[in-house]
Amino acid sequence: MSTKVLETKNLSKYFYDPIKFQVLKEINMSINHGEFVSIVGKSGCGKSTLLYLLSTMDTDYDGEIFLNDELVTGKSDKELAQLRNEKIGFVFQFHYLLNEYSVLKNVMLPGMKLGKFSNEEIEHNAMEHLRTLDMQDQALKMPNQLSGGQKQRVAIARALINNPIIIMGDEPTGNLDKKNSDMVFAIFQQLTLDLKQTLLIVTHDPDFANRTNRIITMQDGEIIKT
Amino acid sequence: MNFKLIFNIAIHLLRARLKQSIVAAVGVTFGIAMFITLVSFMHGLNNLLDGLMLNRTPHVRLYNEIKPSKNQPISLVSEYKNNVNFVNSVKPKDRGKAIYNSKVIIHFLKQDARIIDVAPKITTPGFFNSGTIEISGVINGIDVSAEEKLFAISDYIIEGKIADLNQNNRIIIGKGLADKMLLAKGDIIKITTSKGNLASLKVVGITQIGIAEIDNTMSYTSLDTAQKLLGEPTNYITDIQLKLHDITLAPALAKEFSTKFDVDAIDYQTTNSQFETGSTVRSIISYAVGIVLLIVAGFGIYNILNMMIFEKMDSIAILKATGFSGNDVKWIFIFLSMIIGITGGLFGLLYGFVFTSIIDIIPFETAALPTITTYPIDYNIVYYIIGIVFAISTTFIAGLFPALKASKIDPVEIIRGK
Repeated sequence: MSTKVLETKNLSKYFYDPIKFQVLKEINMSINHGEFVSIVGKSGCGKSTLLYLLSTMDTDYDGEIFLNDELVTGKSDKELAQLRNEKIGFVFQFHYLLNEYSVLKNVMLPGMKLGKFSNEEIEHNAMEHLRTLDMQDQALKMPNQLSGGQKQRVAIARALINNPIIIMGDEPTGNLDKKNSDMVFAIFQQLTLDLKQTLLIVTHDPDFANRTNRIITMQDGEIIKT
Repeated sequence: MNFKLIFNIAIHLLRARLKQSIVAAVGVTFGIAMFITLVSFMHGLNNLLDGLMLNRTPHVRLYNEIKPSKNQPISLVSEYKNNVNFVNSVKPKDRGKAIYNSKVIIHFLKQDARIIDVAPKITTPGFFNSGTIEISGVINGIDVSAEEKLFAISDYIIEGKIADLNQNNRIIIGKGLADKMLLAKGDIIKITTSKGNLASLKVVGITQIGIAEIDNTMSYTSLDTAQKLLGEPTNYITDIQLKLHDITLAPALAKEFSTKFDVDAIDYQTTNSQFETGSTVRSIISYAVGIVLLIVAGFGIYNILNMMIFEKMDSIAILKATGFSGNDVKWIFIFLSMIIGITGGLFGLLYGFVFTSIIDIIPFETAALPTITTYPIDYNIVYYIIGIVFAISTTFIAGLFPALKASKIDPVEIIRGK
């Protein structure tokens, strides 16, 4: 069995507005199972763009992306949505919880969408995840009653709910203070150690990156160091 | 697709914008309620007016008309049979007003399954005498029970009872006539017929149809009394009136009976053609106004959903990022719109019923319509079905465009844009 969770072949991306501009230039990279990888680089080097291509949300690119050795490129919107739901967890810089739902429901929602387990099982799993993140007391609160660090932990719990093969983060600590950043990093590290969870995090915080297993450095749309 | 979950999300989004959603639903409610009220009222009115005509007019009337003979004597002469004959100064022929062999015809018609009932009638002009003054009028000799069954004439009798006509030498006169001659119930009226016979009849009732021209000349008496007045035998009948189970058959039956019995026949449609047109136009107007109201409500929903999508961009992006497809997002907003439409629509039906019930008890008294005391309302389940179907389809269409827009939102742009 291959251990490659994510692989790209000759991945290129262009922006057309205002002029044609190549953001990503023939990117070839792969991430193995259980790795904790960070992507660093200056603003505008294309690291976020790369992440969104890998996340399957942006489908406008040249080249190929493989997720678990399965070709993702060219799938329909519906299949990609299913794929994101089942195999990829997301943590964003801004927490993007649904303000209409309680913390617990926010965590449960991707699980309910997947529909693999009954609502009771999903609720149980969600509570477990919240407990490991020390958020079980906040489960019935609404998102707007939480602090930034707490929201980010809820977002992590939500990313975990369907046991994804990879968790992707776009500057997950970018909006947090030192204490909360450290806590989020500790959670990520624990996930790789305990659960062999694969993580791919875009960051511009050198402290954060230096502590990960592997750093991919990007410059002007190319990977200059892996 | 997990409809239950999508429905649940729609409800939550709705609750977050409860006030706007209620405003949108009220728009639909108002539209539907007005539609129901308008259509019910308009149809009530149409039925009332139709009833007014239908009650008084037979579906088919058999009678003898004074007209020139179709076959002039010359056409019987074999010598000139193949010639083109010009006959000048043709005079109409009076076959007598009586329908020949009327008893047999009536008996035959009563057997016909297409006919509800048959009412024989004698119509004759006459003069009502008041001192030296003579007022011309019309005397209708009627078969009291048949006439009542077919034309509900007791509805238009404001004083006295129709059954009193069954006694000899009784008459019911029009309100206008009674006012002119200062007659009241119980008085005696003197009548001269066109043949010069003089008779005294007792007034047992006063009738009012609401059309002055008719009320000023009309009078009812029994068949027997009319025959006696005219000095005719008991088989003397001038009109045979028919009511049919299916009014649309009237023109065909009129033609059939006309040839079969060799009499003239006229059908309801021919007599009242201009009336039908009025009813149709009124219906069209009420439907048009109702539908316009609903379309306006649809635009309200469209606006509110568009605003909601704008506000909920972040939520839509996160739903898409966590595995909801564009199609799922589309259905969320369609459900949202349908919830507004169905709730608004159901309340609309309820309020429509309430409004029509209120109109139904508003007093509406007019001398023209003695049996009517309140505004007429037609309660018909069909209007309610049309209302709810239209509410659902308008809101579906109003929701579809914003929903398609939401389904096309690119989550990357929103997540990066912050």
